[in-house]
Amino acid sequence: MSAIGTWSAIAVVVASSTAGDVLTARAMKEVGDVGALYRQKGLGAVFRAVVTNGYFAAGITSMAVSFFSLLVALSWADVSLVGPAAASLTFIANAFAAKSFLKEDVNQRRWTAALLVACGVALLAY
Amino acid sequence: MSFRKYLVLAAIVLFGSFGDICLSYAMKQVGPQSATDLPHIIGLVFTPWVALGTLLLIGFFASYMSALSWADLTYVLPATGMGYVLLALMARFLLHEQVSMTRWIGILLVSVGVAVVTRGPALTPARPEAEDGD
Repeated sequence: MSAIGTWSAIAVVVASSTAGDVLTARAMKEVGDVGALYRQKGLGAVFRAVVTNGYFAAGITSMAVSFFSLLVALSWADVSLVGPAAASLTFIANAFAAKSFLKEDVNQRRWTAALLVACGVALLAY
Repeated sequence: MSFRKYLVLAAIVLFGSFGDICLSYAMKQVGPQSATDLPHIIGLVFTPWVALGTLLLIGFFASYMSALSWADLTYVLPATGMGYVLLALMARFLLHEQVSMTRWIGILLVSVGVAVVTRGPALTPARPEAEDGD
């Protein structure tokens, strides 16, 4: 597989993984603090609130796409490239997506943390 | 942030790392599998190490979802990056694998990243209704 093909596959993994994280985060923000909900209404109410949320279903679907695209990427390129590249780029993509779609306050502290963890994860593969 | 919430972050790290270790150990025991032999692959779920790994990863997902209900995604993801460090340390001290200098630098960077993000607030304050139209 060419380098373009390999990096295209990694891009699909990163995009679908980021979509999965952002959609599930959006779902859980709508559900609210599950600890408080559990104390008020019990475990059944927590379960119902999560699984009936449309963003949760979309998030799980995106995570499934990410998983299978990772398998495809791994069949095209070495795990030592695909694993760290996808994991570290997902940290960066999540910071952009959380700022844009979840309106999170991604300040200098969080950018620094995301970049440090992304670089660290990339180095852990070697 | 309360002690209970730090426990949830620790649970994400521990359940995720030990779940991965269990599945990795299980699949090394059974050897390479054919993707077309579905009944056999499904049957693997009922073997002890795969079952334990699956249970731990269910615990990981439940803790992760719980954390996202009271903290930002850009807080939870870096804060739980310690899982990568834990995996590398377990590889070094339990499986006696060699950990290169590059990997130790990676461990240091992840640890500093986790320390940086966990010293800040976990949740973006809700904006007043009046600002929503901005």
